[in-house]
Amino acid sequence: MNKKSFGSRLVAAPYYVWAAIFVVVPLIITAYFAFTGKDGSFTLSNMYGISKYGKSFAISILYAVIATAVTLLVSYPMAYFMTKLKISSQRMILLIVMLPMWMNFLIRTYSWITILANTGLINTFLKAIGLGPVQLINTPGAVILGMVYDFIPYMILPIYSVMTKIDHSVLEAAEDLGANGFHRMTKVIFPLSLPGVISGITMVFVPSVSTFYISQKLGGNKNLLIGDAIEFLFNNGPDYYNIASALSLILMVMILLCLTVMNRFDNGEPEGIIV
Amino acid sequence: MSGNIIELKNISIAFGGEQILKQLNLSIKDGEFVTLLGPSGCGKTTTLRIIGGFYVPDEGDVLFMEQNINKLPPYKRQINTIFQRYALFPHLNVYDNIAFGLKLKKLPKGEIQSRVTEVLKMVGLQGFENRHIDNLSGGQQQRVAVARAVVNRPRVLLLDEPLSALDLKLRKDMQVELKNIQKSLGITFIFVTHDQEEALTMSDTVVVMNEGIIQQIGTPQDIYNEPENAFVADFIGESNILDGIMKKDLEVEFSGHIFKCLDKGFDKDEAVDVVVRPEDVDIVEPEKGMLTGVVTSVSFLGVHYEIIVDIGGFKWMIQTTDKVENGEAVGLFIEPDAIHIMKKSKYSGLYGDYSSYSDEHDRLSMDAAESEGEIE
Repeated sequence: MNKKSFGSRLVAAPYYVWAAIFVVVPLIITAYFAFTGKDGSFTLSNMYGISKYGKSFAISILYAVIATAVTLLVSYPMAYFMTKLKISSQRMILLIVMLPMWMNFLIRTYSWITILANTGLINTFLKAIGLGPVQLINTPGAVILGMVYDFIPYMILPIYSVMTKIDHSVLEAAEDLGANGFHRMTKVIFPLSLPGVISGITMVFVPSVSTFYISQKLGGNKNLLIGDAIEFLFNNGPDYYNIASALSLILMVMILLCLTVMNRFDNGEPEGIIV
Repeated sequence: MSGNIIELKNISIAFGGEQILKQLNLSIKDGEFVTLLGPSGCGKTTTLRIIGGFYVPDEGDVLFMEQNINKLPPYKRQINTIFQRYALFPHLNVYDNIAFGLKLKKLPKGEIQSRVTEVLKMVGLQGFENRHIDNLSGGQQQRVAVARAVVNRPRVLLLDEPLSALDLKLRKDMQVELKNIQKSLGITFIFVTHDQEEALTMSDTVVVMNEGIIQQIGTPQDIYNEPENAFVADFIGESNILDGIMKKDLEVEFSGHIFKCLDKGFDKDEAVDVVVRPEDVDIVEPEKGMLTGVVTSVSFLGVHYEIIVDIGGFKWMIQTTDKVENGEAVGLFIEPDAIHIMKKSKYSGLYGDYSSYSDEHDRLSMDAAESEGEIE
């Protein structure tokens, strides 16, 4: 080992310590609880116990997939049209997109109750014009809406930032070679913006699948999501730590698997992804 | 049929209130190699982009085989472009870049394959099909750009300063190659450059532009030997441009001496611009010269010396193989066919003598012109 690498290790040391205390140690504790019984002895019974939560897993994944798809469908055209605007307008819209992120996530979710409730903003209006009331709150739709609303900036920003970097002359070249507007979108813009789409999907899907609170407030606790289940179990005291840890571990592994699959798309042969 | 594949009629275009092209007229014959030549900002790239369909002129008509194509979008034109910075698709390999246009035309797979293979051979890139664009050198990227355009068998190929990013040696090779490709395909090339040497080497016809106006259209020989005005004379090659008086047909007075020349048709005693190319002046002993002066600078350039001679305060540039010394008195001998007479124009008097001339300065201003933006 030369001196230089020793020096750079010394500088990096605080970060290693930080990562060890706040990432590695909690992971080990989670794994420890997941594979031990109440008496601290090794057991796989927690793993068998999670089968009761199969429905929660399924609903969490389903909601997260729908929320991610909706977010993508809204964000992609939005990011595309943003790049067509004047620079000053682009900055303004970026600010508006990011503004809600400065507010606490719980407050943002809570505010939807006042909008969606049976006596809320929308239903008051619908009643006034004789169309309501309509059940909005405590429905799966409200939960997905909450997810889309909370996580949409994480989709728009990466797609937008990749799109602004697409060289305009490449689009002119495509047009020159016979590509109309539709072909320029499918054969050039979309493939070139794919890295942004992939990171957007990752950044929306991961928090959506593991989220809690949104379904409690907007879904009326009818369909327990896996994040809510974990929170609920931990809140019930030390007796439930083992099963809650097992659930957390499974969720983590699941997310890791998803990320691996996504990254394969991102790094794979570029022509492999083109329609 | 007029034999013109492209005709521009009274084209005007302005951007942000700035008039870029003014009433431009240009006819291009089928199969010609035409170069639009001019300094940065002269409107040559704008003209090219109008032909390509990327700009719609404010006024005037763009005709392709006698059909008005003003409003026809680029993707419907039988014209392909090679862009200044190649604009290759970064997400596709060499094969898919070249096949892009053919796939859009939905040609059968076998035909696409054989046509791509054929153009790859033509540009000398056999075996590069699966290479990624990022792994190619500048020259190779240039070749892919050429292949991607010509594989579509366009009637007209537009080239927007395609060689400006290459180093000198590669640029010379590509000049020859492009010329050969144009000859073998027999299609029309419209080439934009600010490099006069490149224009003279490659073209059948050179169109010299400045300030959105065509200054002269002609063969490279015409442009060099018989420039229309002081701008063309100065822009193409080196030239000594002097004020003269046309005494009568075949006789012109400048620098206090009456010379025989080959030009006629001017008014008696009409003020004119006189061009004498540096290589057309013979250095003789002072007593034998038509003009005499003192050498103020000598640079050795390999094939010849470039000397500056002060004659009555006007600094001449002369290229000679004779060795002379700084400070030496010399005589100048000028044959009648070395003198070219031009009508006075708005450019008269703008290009002075070589008193402030230095090689380095010339090169710096050239680089500055190259690094300027694409939009002209």
